[in-house]
Amino acid sequence: MIAIENLAVAYQSARQENMALQDVSLTVPQGTVCAVIGPSGCGKSTLLKVVAGLIRNYTGSVRINGEKVNPQKLCIGFMPQNYGLLPWQTAGENIRLACRLKGGWSADKKEQMHDLCQKLGIENLLNRYPQELSGGQQQRVSLARVFLLEPDILLMDEPFSALDAITREEMQDVFRDLWEDAGITTMLVTHYVEEALYLGQQIVLMSSSPGTVAEVMDNRWQGSRSWEDLPDFFVKGQELREKIKAMGARPV
Amino acid sequence: MMKKSKVVFQAYLCGLVFLLVLWQAAAFWIQLPIIPAPDLVFGRLSEIFADKIAIHAAYSLWRIVAGILLAVTIGYPLGLIMGYFMRADRYLAPLVYLTYPVPKIALLPVLMLLAGVGELSKIIMIFLIVVFQIVVALRDGIRAIPAETYYPLYSLGAGFWQVFRYILVPATLPNFITAIRVAMATAVSVLFFTETFGTQYGMGYFIMDAWLRVNYLEMYTGIVILSLMGLLLFGVLDLIEGHVCRWQMK
Repeated sequence: MIAIENLAVAYQSARQENMALQDVSLTVPQGTVCAVIGPSGCGKSTLLKVVAGLIRNYTGSVRINGEKVNPQKLCIGFMPQNYGLLPWQTAGENIRLACRLKGGWSADKKEQMHDLCQKLGIENLLNRYPQELSGGQQQRVSLARVFLLEPDILLMDEPFSALDAITREEMQDVFRDLWEDAGITTMLVTHYVEEALYLGQQIVLMSSSPGTVAEVMDNRWQGSRSWEDLPDFFVKGQELREKIKAMGARPV
Repeated sequence: MMKKSKVVFQAYLCGLVFLLVLWQAAAFWIQLPIIPAPDLVFGRLSEIFADKIAIHAAYSLWRIVAGILLAVTIGYPLGLIMGYFMRADRYLAPLVYLTYPVPKIALLPVLMLLAGVGELSKIIMIFLIVVFQIVVALRDGIRAIPAETYYPLYSLGAGFWQVFRYILVPATLPNFITAIRVAMATAVSVLFFTETFGTQYGMGYFIMDAWLRVNYLEMYTGIVILSLMGLLLFGVLDLIEGHVCRWQMK
């Protein structure tokens, strides 16, 4: 479980202090996906970085499974927009690295990695370097890395936004599939309304300047693509879009 | 892979032939003892290499390698610290900027007085000139790493040594190797100068000695050896780069 209470983050610019986040309170129940959506510049990524332990200068409290955020103690899977693969390591080394850093490379993991890579269809790409892979392939490698790690929580910062529409939907399905097996508590930042509706049990709508939580809604549409053709789904999507637009941005 | 090395070999051969043809043409047109034909020079080279030049070449090679190794030993950690820790850079950068432009060659007499006229002063001179290039290249290489590169490691709770091993070293390797390349060329020219004083060994001494004896043929053999030494060092560096920076090769 991720519990955030009265979180505020300030950016120190040259002249003044800017509030990136203010009074953010949010709870992500154990084993669910929380989709965070909102206009650009509303602090979605900042929120994720705080939970990932990358930003330490904040007020309020952030607790993961009841403990303060501490990357050394907790196992946090973080997936940035550019997939976060190290360019000087092959796909295979990149996948193993996360487990190695957490001190757990074993024969067990090796077998698990083999199965996972087979499932993701990347078992023949493991000796290639990231720049020799397409965006979708890099994404698969990155997914293999976090799911092999079996983290306490999984944080994804617009993970599918750099992909073309068809690959994106494919990767959303791949993620959904992996997630259903692993059931990892996940926070997913996105700017696609359909993505939020498909993947998030809970949708958190954020507004900008200063970034804060505008609305938290339970999402009964998640988990199946077949609903996407229903009029209700369309209406819900439009409604969400309108809300984001009202907050001063243009969702895709 | 085999094919690629063959292409590289052919390119080197072409370069060699091109230079030899140019040299031959110059010798043919000018017809003065100051530009002897290449076949004469190579003939002399094969006569005197083993018992006359080899020892000089070995001395020069040792000084270059020792000077650069010393510069790396001190420059690498220094550049790393300056690049990674902003606060360290704030205090160290002014020191580097103030001392970098000082013409170190002008300090040679001081150095000879303090470190003697032997090996040490020559190696320190190379070190003094080359170390700054390594410091600056490494610092700027680390600065150029985007912040996002660190995120996955930081969020996994990686400590400094893990960041060092998995990010700082590999990310700066291309910069570092380029710096060594530049440093090597600089080292050869510095070496030539320092070897004209206080030694009876080294290619600098050998070439100057031949020059003073108006023995142009031997002078040219010395120049050829220096050039081959450069080829050897650069070639080795290229090989290392091809091996450790494989991820960068297109």
